[in-house]
Amino acid sequence: MSILKTTNLTKKFGKFTALDGVNLELNKGEVLGFIGPNGAGKSTTIRVLLGILKATEGEVSIFDKDAWSDAVEIHKRIAYVPGDVNLWPNLTGGEVIDLFAKLRGSSNTKKRDELIEKFDLDPTKKCRTYSKGNRQKIALIAAFSSDADLYILDEPTSGLDPLMENVFQECVRDVKSEGKSVLLSSHILSEVEKLCDRVSIIRQGEIIESGSLNELRHLTRTQMLVETREPLGQLGNLKGIYAIQKKGQSTSFQIDSNEIDNVIKYLSQFGIVKLESAPPTLEELFMRHYEGTEDRVGAGGTD
Amino acid sequence: MASQSFAKTGLLSRLILRQDRIRIPLWLIGLSFFTLIIPIAFIDLYGTEEQRAGIIETMQNPAMTAMVGPADFANYTLGVMTAHNMILMTAAVVGLMSILLVSRHTRGEEEDGRIEMVRSLPAGRLSNLNATLLIVALTNILLALIVGFGLYLLDIESLDLEGSLLYGAVLGGTGLVFVGVTALMAQLSESARGTTGLSIAILLLAYLLRAITDVSNEKLSWLSPLGWVTKAEVYASNNWWPVVFMVVFSIILLFFAYYLNAIRDLGAGFIPSKPGKRHASRFLQSPAGLALRLQRTGTISWAIGMLLLGSSYGSVLGDLESFFAGNELIEQMLMQQEGLTIVEQFLPQLMIVVALLATIPPIMAINKLYGEEKKGRIDHLLGRTVSRTRLILSYVIIAVVNGFVMLSLATFSLWASGTAVVEGGLSFGKIYGGALAYYPAMVVMIGISALLIGFIPKLTSLVWLYVFYSFIVLYLGGLFQFSDWVGQISPFGFVPRYPVEEIDFLSMLVLSVIALGLIAAGVIGYNRRDIE
Repeated sequence: MSILKTTNLTKKFGKFTALDGVNLELNKGEVLGFIGPNGAGKSTTIRVLLGILKATEGEVSIFDKDAWSDAVEIHKRIAYVPGDVNLWPNLTGGEVIDLFAKLRGSSNTKKRDELIEKFDLDPTKKCRTYSKGNRQKIALIAAFSSDADLYILDEPTSGLDPLMENVFQECVRDVKSEGKSVLLSSHILSEVEKLCDRVSIIRQGEIIESGSLNELRHLTRTQMLVETREPLGQLGNLKGIYAIQKKGQSTSFQIDSNEIDNVIKYLSQFGIVKLESAPPTLEELFMRHYEGTEDRVGAGGTD
Repeated sequence: MASQSFAKTGLLSRLILRQDRIRIPLWLIGLSFFTLIIPIAFIDLYGTEEQRAGIIETMQNPAMTAMVGPADFANYTLGVMTAHNMILMTAAVVGLMSILLVSRHTRGEEEDGRIEMVRSLPAGRLSNLNATLLIVALTNILLALIVGFGLYLLDIESLDLEGSLLYGAVLGGTGLVFVGVTALMAQLSESARGTTGLSIAILLLAYLLRAITDVSNEKLSWLSPLGWVTKAEVYASNNWWPVVFMVVFSIILLFFAYYLNAIRDLGAGFIPSKPGKRHASRFLQSPAGLALRLQRTGTISWAIGMLLLGSSYGSVLGDLESFFAGNELIEQMLMQQEGLTIVEQFLPQLMIVVALLATIPPIMAINKLYGEEKKGRIDHLLGRTVSRTRLILSYVIIAVVNGFVMLSLATFSLWASGTAVVEGGLSFGKIYGGALAYYPAMVVMIGISALLIGFIPKLTSLVWLYVFYSFIVLYLGGLFQFSDWVGQISPFGFVPRYPVEEIDFLSMLVLSVIALGLIAAGVIGYNRRDIE
């Protein structure tokens, strides 16, 4: 069941097109990773989802309601964490958390106190004295102590230390296990890999790739290192093999994921002594898309 | 060591100039134009001694002394008249310019974290303060020169060279004093708002102290920096000592500011901050509660200011009565209005000032909505279950109530202190009625702010120009004998001068309807636009 869906979402600021036909879909109980470089349109998309910006074209529905005109109704079931948390310098962290809870409607004071404990926050300090990480914690505590059905998180861990990042990941897994949905915009690809079921990649206002991590991996190459008893033949003649390098006895190369079977069959003729393979990381996937045209994925079925 | 504290001052000065390349020239042009246009207007209206004799009758009383200061009425030349009517008010505006410019570049930059960047570079500990003071001081000196030579070049007989230069120097000197005041406040307070607020409070206190002492005991006016403005007696005795005092006083203030800046931590102030609450009170947990809480200090300060303003004006009324008691001629002149005492006939003039000053805090209250948007904090509310209509209406209602409270406080304290000093007391109904007559016009101003926030938020501060325009045409309208339509461009121009005039319920109703229309339009616009 689709919780959030944008169809051909376009947002223009004057002549500048910030979003160009963005299609996103998030199903119930799913964690969707939303990745892209700075200025690609992640935060603009999220602000449209929240009804803070009005879409120039296209449809945006959350819980089958319109994100702009039914904003208040929708927000009763949404928890949002911005990437850059600006707070009122003369209120305390505790006051802001309570205020946010009240403004959303329901709140769970027991959960709030647990989270304050977990995130190790001193709620009696004025917001002007908090560091970036601490301000981020306030937004996270307010979000996860609420009883939302959809969590929209815009680079939520920027400024958190690794320990707190773990606490955050735990929180996401908890809400996922309760059947809630999460939209996670992030730069930290290891985090996305750990948490997300599916990923959408945005670049210059356009979604250029969408799918489960497995699907996306099919689009890219696996790194392999092989050592054989007999010298390898003309490896370069095979389909889907790139970047061959000889290192003494062993050879390393990259291989299109859908050609693995053929290549292994070929290699086995030479008597494999050692075979190492590393799955493509999201990082490589990401880099491939951003490094420009030179190395774009050519082969393989897109969905 | 000492020189290192000021390293890169030159570069930072150029940065400030670059940031303010429009703001500073606008202040200079506005203030100079405003100052130079006055004598030109006066020469048409009050060119002859007979014409001025008429105005002397209305100026020569304690209420006017409280507002604009004393003057040498025996020798009321065009120059003396210009200085008497204009210099104090202009000096206060110059002080405001200094406050806003200095606060913005010192504590404002520090609060936004930009000073941290600067300090991480090989720039000195005091360089930013130094660069700011340099630029704002130069702005004031430039203003002094433009005004000084400008007035002389108007080639009007009684505007001689020395008097004109002194006129400029007094304006620039007042600016320097408030450069010093603000630089010091920027060290004491932890926020830009606090810095500006404290400095404006000192400006208002200086004005009120001068008002009270000018009426009761002129010698005591030497205690107020704004008292020095009138003590210079520009175009009369041309006393330069006040300018010397201003310069010396500002240097002393600056010395303290430098010292405190050198010994404190970045981001810290000297007014200590208390540990805060662990949980939000029930009151805070709504958009309106939040808006009120954010403006708490400012609102309380304005309320105190309004009480002080009302009571200082009220305390003058007793002097006004005894002043006229002996003067049969004036008594006859003023007694045309039946059933009204002399004091009551003077009320409308005081009410204009009270009403327009009371309009400032409600407009600040509603403009705060856009201020929050610019700081990126509105997303927190709109991202939750707060509708745009609810949000903007919360701010509108706060502003509307705020204006009512401010107007009432000032009026009440005016009545209370007035009735204590005037024989037979004052009618509360007449005073409060005269004040409330201004209320619909005030709400129209709030409506204009709402409209701007709804449709063209970037131009929200234009409303201040409109308030300033209203103040100028109404406060000086009588003096300049403007046509009616000039005043009626402002909603305040339609307000009856009760109790001298009858209350005009129709125009009050029309103003109220316009105000509601503006607010409704603002709400519609706010519901349609993107949040920045």
